[in-house]
Amino acid sequence: MNLKTLAMAGALGMAACAAQAEVKVGMITTLSGGGAGLGIDVRDGFMLALEQSGRTDIEVIIEDDQRKPDIAVQLADKMIQSDKVDVMTGIIWSNLAMAVVPGAVAQGKFYLSPNAGPSALAGKGCHPNYFNVAWQNDNLHEAAGAYATDINSTNTFVLAPNYPAGQDAVTGFKRTFRGNVVGEVYTQLGQTDYAAEIARIRSSVADTVFFFLPGGMGISFLKQYADSGVKKPLIGPAFSFDQGILQAVGDAALGVKNTSQWNKDIDNPTNAAFVASFQEKYGRLPSLYASQGFDTANLLISAVESADVNDPDAFRAALEAADFKSTRGDFAFGNNHHPIQNIYVREVIKEGDVYTNKIVGTALENHADAYAPECRM
Amino acid sequence: MSLILFIEQILNGVQFGVMLFLMAAGLTLIFGVMGLINLAHGSLYMIGAFAAASVAGLTGSFGLALIASLAAAAAAGALIELTVIRRLYDRDHLDQVLATFALILIFSEGTRWAFGSFPLFLEIPPYLSGPVTLPGGIEYPLYRLAIIGVGLLVAAGLFALIARTRIGIQIRAGESDREMIAALGINISALYTTVFALGAALAGLAGALIGAIQSVQVGMGEPVLILAFVVIVIGGIGSIKGALVGALLVGLTDTLGRVLLPAVFSQFMAPQAASSVGASLASMSIYILMAGVLVMRPSGLFGKA
Repeated sequence: MNLKTLAMAGALGMAACAAQAEVKVGMITTLSGGGAGLGIDVRDGFMLALEQSGRTDIEVIIEDDQRKPDIAVQLADKMIQSDKVDVMTGIIWSNLAMAVVPGAVAQGKFYLSPNAGPSALAGKGCHPNYFNVAWQNDNLHEAAGAYATDINSTNTFVLAPNYPAGQDAVTGFKRTFRGNVVGEVYTQLGQTDYAAEIARIRSSVADTVFFFLPGGMGISFLKQYADSGVKKPLIGPAFSFDQGILQAVGDAALGVKNTSQWNKDIDNPTNAAFVASFQEKYGRLPSLYASQGFDTANLLISAVESADVNDPDAFRAALEAADFKSTRGDFAFGNNHHPIQNIYVREVIKEGDVYTNKIVGTALENHADAYAPECRM
Repeated sequence: MSLILFIEQILNGVQFGVMLFLMAAGLTLIFGVMGLINLAHGSLYMIGAFAAASVAGLTGSFGLALIASLAAAAAAGALIELTVIRRLYDRDHLDQVLATFALILIFSEGTRWAFGSFPLFLEIPPYLSGPVTLPGGIEYPLYRLAIIGVGLLVAAGLFALIARTRIGIQIRAGESDREMIAALGINISALYTTVFALGAALAGLAGALIGAIQSVQVGMGEPVLILAFVVIVIGGIGSIKGALVGALLVGLTDTLGRVLLPAVFSQFMAPQAASSVGASLASMSIYILMAGVLVMRPSGLFGKA
């Protein structure tokens, strides 16, 4: 075989591939390092939905951003310029999303966020090609504030890491909380010892404690708080109580109230099938991140079914219609392409040997984010 | 701030310092005796925590878990000394940093491969859990008191080992003149492996003790490693006494800075700005301390000039 036939065979092969995969999806997510559990759940939820749809015309390229903005930007450039993807998704962290999303949508790509929802992309910086399938960052904290008000907490102590999402969390909480904030502490990002903060909580007059400490920070805080003997009830967003973390916290988390847009006991057929099939395929319970990945893929599939990705206006309209069965029940986008949804109050319980969550109430109904009115598109 | 809260914060600072000492002691011994910068010390801390969590999960015994953490970290330490570190003694510090940084990556991804990406569970044993009431009505977690106790015991043991035993004499001799003790017929490579394994075991013990109140996950060692380096620079590289004093200074500065600085700023600033500025300045406080110590004593508090 000479060089020419080899090149022809190659070109034929590529043409065959192109014909097979009509929509190319670039997924940049965190698969190594401290935050890998979140990215793995999003990826697994996303791929499960694709597999169940049986579609072969959606090709997914998955890359690991290592939770580093510079690497995420490099991967995005490669996906856009050499892989020629149509749709991007996958980013977990808001600082990475801010580095990648504005550039990607400006180059005409669609971006479907399965997690990060920074306020800068929800208000004035919203974009017709940017869709958030999870939540706007403030939402779960607003729900926590509403819940604290509902249980007649008059004095609360708030604790969050000293970085933009931490300050957004406190802002969101205060937006809906009607009592007094008697202590406000910002900790270092990645801090693992909370003895000093717990001592201040013990000596304060607060009757509840709101905290936003995602990932390992939350595990450390919960274990130390339980051991300190301080009995003030804790309230937090679901990020410190997801399925991946709870097993590492153990009894220390039992009974804690947290707010989430999803839980495995939301009663609809899609969710029941999702939880059962996820558990069967991966051997663990899904987290809220997995549900977000699953919903993102189903939104994409619904759009691919009714419109051609090469016709951006039609494809955008198909995404806006959000005609898919969500694990959260009915699903609708607001004017800024962020969900309008219920946010529930969950309680940490133990089912057999497994720690998990149970919905005990609804904190906010059909809640849209505070930045939507600023969005003009 | 009430006196009780202040005393509680001092205890917190001491506990944090004692934990840093366990890390810093190994680091400073290895640097003092072999002149080696070991960035992989944080990985040994992680190995200790993972070994403890696995054994505690299998047997339910915290005592066995601690023994496992010592054994696993010492074995990993001896293994990397024999295979990798040994080739680095004659190289310059940059080569050592590069090679031990590679070890961090290998250990992190290896641990992820073996245990997965989700954090492991390690619990405070029931007989050490919950708070105790100290004289003066201070409620303090028993486990943190136990960490202070273990740390001080280890410190006393190390001083005795170095001052009173044959291997201690060899370590001290190795610090002052490496060629000479080899010439005197001491098996220097066995000594190096022993010191390295001892330092690794201390890091593993710290990882297991701290793993019970924090999160046992990949990458848990690196933040502690940075603080341990600050400690040995403040204390004077190669000095165990310096490591103890430096660790307590860093622990107290960090804890009290986190508590007092926001309170100071709130006297003349809005509460939200004060807590944010105070928190930022508190995270710098130990580095300011280090800079201050180095201005006064360029080789650290107990370092040899």
